[in-house]
Amino acid sequence: MADTVVTSERKPSWFAGFGRWFRSDLRGALSLSFLVALIVISILGPWISPYPPTMQDLDAALSPMTAKHWLGADDLGRDTLSRLIYGGMASLYASFLAVAIAVAIGVPVGVLAGYLGGWVDEAISRVVDSFLSFPAIVLAIAVTGALGIGLTNGMISVGIVFAPQLARLVRARTLVVRNELYVDAARCFGVSTGRILWRHVLPNAIQPVIVQVTLLLAAALLAEASLSFLGLGIQPPDPSWGAMLARAYQNMEIAPEQMYPPGLAILFTALAFNTLGESMRVALDPTMKRR
Amino acid sequence: MSAAPVIDHRRPGSVMITAAKLSIIGRRLLQTLPVIVLSTFIVFGLLKLVPGDVAVTLAGDNASEQRITEIREIYGLDRPFFVQYGTWLWKAAHGDLSNSLVSSEAVLTSIKRCLPHTLLIVSLALLLALIIGIPLGIAAASRPSSWVDSFVMAVASLGVAVPNFWLGMLLVAFFALEMNWLPATGAVAFAQDPWGALRHALLPAVALASGGIAEVARQLRSSLVEILSSQQVRTLHAKGLPPSSILWRHGLKNVSVNLLTVVSLLANRMLAATVVVEAVFAIPGMGSLIVNAAMNRDFPVVQGVVFAMVLIVVGLNLLTDILYSVLDPRIS
Repeated sequence: MADTVVTSERKPSWFAGFGRWFRSDLRGALSLSFLVALIVISILGPWISPYPPTMQDLDAALSPMTAKHWLGADDLGRDTLSRLIYGGMASLYASFLAVAIAVAIGVPVGVLAGYLGGWVDEAISRVVDSFLSFPAIVLAIAVTGALGIGLTNGMISVGIVFAPQLARLVRARTLVVRNELYVDAARCFGVSTGRILWRHVLPNAIQPVIVQVTLLLAAALLAEASLSFLGLGIQPPDPSWGAMLARAYQNMEIAPEQMYPPGLAILFTALAFNTLGESMRVALDPTMKRR
Repeated sequence: MSAAPVIDHRRPGSVMITAAKLSIIGRRLLQTLPVIVLSTFIVFGLLKLVPGDVAVTLAGDNASEQRITEIREIYGLDRPFFVQYGTWLWKAAHGDLSNSLVSSEAVLTSIKRCLPHTLLIVSLALLLALIIGIPLGIAAASRPSSWVDSFVMAVASLGVAVPNFWLGMLLVAFFALEMNWLPATGAVAFAQDPWGALRHALLPAVALASGGIAEVARQLRSSLVEILSSQQVRTLHAKGLPPSSILWRHGLKNVSVNLLTVVSLLANRMLAATVVVEAVFAIPGMGSLIVNAAMNRDFPVVQGVVFAMVLIVVGLNLLTDILYSVLDPRIS
């Protein structure tokens, strides 16, 4: 559709396309706005959060919503809103880290398997199959147990566990792309394999990855929450949404309302990532426009 | 890419197992072997991720020299990698998953004790996912783009995004603490007290089923919508067949095979999610076993649980594949 546009006008047309998408897809636009707002709040956290996240105000322990503590306070009197803001930072960082690791491992492996074919493909595919037989969190817990407990180790584990999913997807896409005429042409011109992969195969195989990455961010967020809830992720006193839930769980009988803020935060953020992913799938895939 | 709907010429219920099908089953079995072998390799390789001197790290702080030597012996850490792996695999194949470093109980015994609790919750959750998800999917697909459809899809989106364990906490807060209808935590062996076991397993199963319900409803809806808008179904409409009969006789029959795939996928996901749900409900299942082991770096237990879970998943996938090839006449 942008074929007739002159190069100098490419950028505005991209903006226009984005604007059209933003107006036409209410749910996608809402999700994107929510996520952008969340990221901005996380970055501004130190300046906008009412209290430091680990500051204890024992008089306010397990206090309900008050003017002083908008969302109440936990059992050590730490302000829930502040911890929610800082916890969001940790949770988002963890999700992006895990997905970045999954992309860094999964995409090259998938492209290599799909492009080289033969025994390389066969070997990689079997390994990918084996990894996919492991229940994700269980393997992540085992890897965390081996590497040592902590948020970064936990998310490295989650990234390793997610990588095979991406590898399988990229491989399937590469199998299609590698037989395209332009790849043949590049090969005839004597372009090196590395350059073919980087300049011709990867850009054309990456589209479903973008969608999958968005969906994986939701999965990674839930994984972080799970690991931190179990005590295998972030370590006290640092907050993350999962760790806040663990704290709220211990005080569930006295102050059940403490489990709503972090739970709802996880729910809405995961929902936003999933909805954005689905919107992008529709927007990027012309055959799905009518559904 | 939409597959043509199956037109089944045989009488209902006549599932034929031919020689060709048997050979497919044989081939699937053969294909599963390398996956199992590679999985054992991954399970054993986990040990290699432990930083530093494995024996020293696993023995923990202030461990005696004797303890370190003991652990070195368990894993044969002073020998070459493939000898270590071979020994471990040989013992594992004979049911010896070695002993816990903490309680020195045989790992296989721990697994045998914990597995029934986990299996009960997961099978109950799978059942719930199907019982609730299928009607939702049918309701949505029979009137696409109606408010029913939008409502079901909205619920499904929530079901996928909600953290299972948080849902579990909400269920405990309401049904157990507030209303006192069901026990909040713990588990009872099914063999001793089936009714009590089900009562204990219900809330965790509901918490676990949320994502499954959503997944079943979505998958069923999308494959039903595809079939109901196919040429074949248009012909049936033209023939004057009532819509309900088209939905039940021709629609559902064609998508039932797709559900098999969803079920095996869900089993894998639920085995993962149950780990956290078990923590919420204090159920002494596989999840609690592996979490405690990971905390204490009780590595034989970690490896044993992961291995057991992989075997379950691989077995289920194999079963699905076989059922698939038996049920679907196109595969031959």
